[in-house]
Amino acid sequence: MLLIADIDKRFDGGPQVQASVRIPHGVSITILFGPSGAGKTTVLRCIAGLEKLTAGRIVFEGRDWTNLAPQKRPLGYLFQEYALFPHLRVRDNIGYGVKRQTGIVDRVAAKLKVHDLLDRWPSELSGGQQQRVALARALARGPRMLLLDEPLSALDAATRDHVRSELALLLRSLGIPAIVVTHDWVDALTLGDQMLVMSGGRVLQTGPPQEVFTRPQHREVAAAVGVETVVAGRVIRRDGGIAFLQVGSGGLAAADPGGDDVDFYVCIRGEDVTLEKGRAEQSSARNHLSGLVLEVVPAGVLTKVVVDAGFELVALVTRQAVEDLGLIKGSNIFAVFKASAVHLIPKS
Amino acid sequence: MNWEAIATTLKLATLTSIILMILGLPLAYWVAFSKWRWKFLVEATVALPLVLPPTVLGFYVLVAMGPQSPLGRWYQSLAGHGLPFTFEGLVVASVLYSLPFAVQPIAAAFGSVDRKLIEASWMLGVSDLETFFRVIVPQSWTGVMTGLVLSFAHTLGEFGVVLMVGGNIPGVTRTLSIDIYDRVQGLNYSGAATTSAVLLIVSFLILSVVYALNRKVWFFAADRRHRQEI
Repeated sequence: MLLIADIDKRFDGGPQVQASVRIPHGVSITILFGPSGAGKTTVLRCIAGLEKLTAGRIVFEGRDWTNLAPQKRPLGYLFQEYALFPHLRVRDNIGYGVKRQTGIVDRVAAKLKVHDLLDRWPSELSGGQQQRVALARALARGPRMLLLDEPLSALDAATRDHVRSELALLLRSLGIPAIVVTHDWVDALTLGDQMLVMSGGRVLQTGPPQEVFTRPQHREVAAAVGVETVVAGRVIRRDGGIAFLQVGSGGLAAADPGGDDVDFYVCIRGEDVTLEKGRAEQSSARNHLSGLVLEVVPAGVLTKVVVDAGFELVALVTRQAVEDLGLIKGSNIFAVFKASAVHLIPKS
Repeated sequence: MNWEAIATTLKLATLTSIILMILGLPLAYWVAFSKWRWKFLVEATVALPLVLPPTVLGFYVLVAMGPQSPLGRWYQSLAGHGLPFTFEGLVVASVLYSLPFAVQPIAAAFGSVDRKLIEASWMLGVSDLETFFRVIVPQSWTGVMTGLVLSFAHTLGEFGVVLMVGGNIPGVTRTLSIDIYDRVQGLNYSGAATTSAVLLIVSFLILSVVYALNRKVWFFAADRRHRQEI
């Protein structure tokens, strides 16, 4: 194991976080996923040594880190708001932790494409640039592992998509294992090899992101991930801003995200899927998939209906709707949803 | 003008502020970051000179330095003479008297440094001491300057403590404020007026520097320009 962290952290009169994190050698990116207040950042801070454990242990590459000062842990930590030193220029920020600067600042800056910014002040940088400078600063020290706390949350929505794919490429090219804290399922699917879902200070489920999203073992996990259908799909045709995908033995239409990618994760939220008995004559929804009901499961105030439409599609509908449509296992049904309700995440 | 008194006063204020920087920086760091539950007692002690009459403080310092006290005897054996009514004694008293003026603004500035910056420094492998000089002090230098300037100005104008501990020895312990008092006692009003005016103007200039320092507009002009562009 690269990292064994058995974390038990109690805050005075506050919440308790109990989490067990295992990172085997070879897993490059681990996602800590969950709603805010789930204890993700606490786990990250404990691994970094910024919080003392109440009980438990942290072992990295066979060395006991439990009581080691944060300075002595060869980690790169990316703070949520990046925490660049405002009184230092970009060059001095990147070189801050480097003892002998034999060109390392320039090399790291070139790698992260911030070499043009070296003489600027942090306040003169955009959010995406700040993130790259903060990453460069963390990398300049040659860390054995990277810890990233909500790396994309400080960015506006337009920048986020662009920076996310850049970050995914970068993290893979570095060959340094990383733990990424996020509450955004798009981040989790784009970046993660392994994923831990946390809620209420505990780890609820561990596994590859796609598996966790499609087969949540807890209702809390399902609620936390908030997307019920995640399946692999391949674009077979693009036409007028719409991408037509082959998914399982079925097909569907989605808003075309652009680019050259053909292999995607197809993500559909259960609330966005409508069930109808007959086929509607005219509708703005692009997808009318006929299918067979596989399962009808109560899920809180709603009912989860799993439909075989060439692939497993999950709809969340009211109990009243289930009764009105007379839905039982084996019923024939049309699943209706808009092309814009389909979220495509590139697989590469 | 009594140039001798001016020289004594400036020497006293300069030495006091230098010593207060050496003592005040670590003390302010401790006050800002310690989680010790009895910390408030130390904070109250540091703040005492703000409320005590200078004569009370002077009285205790005098007693503590006197030949009856272990401290006084120890200093006597070391230096060959006692501390009371010497310039060294005056420095010790001034340091105590101006302590809150140095520690409080510095501690407040340290306390308002973004915690994330300190942690970012740790995560880059930099020790606590180095983090103090490379992040905490640069991030709170207006507070440090304020502490330095205020303790200098406060020492310039001290009277009661000087009189109690230092007495009125020309060239040794006769400071500007004592000089003014002396002149008024001798009905030399015009002499007192000149010296008073000098103290008033110098104090006003120093305080103007303090308030100017704390107006961030001077120092973050670049930052502001950038924000306006956005």
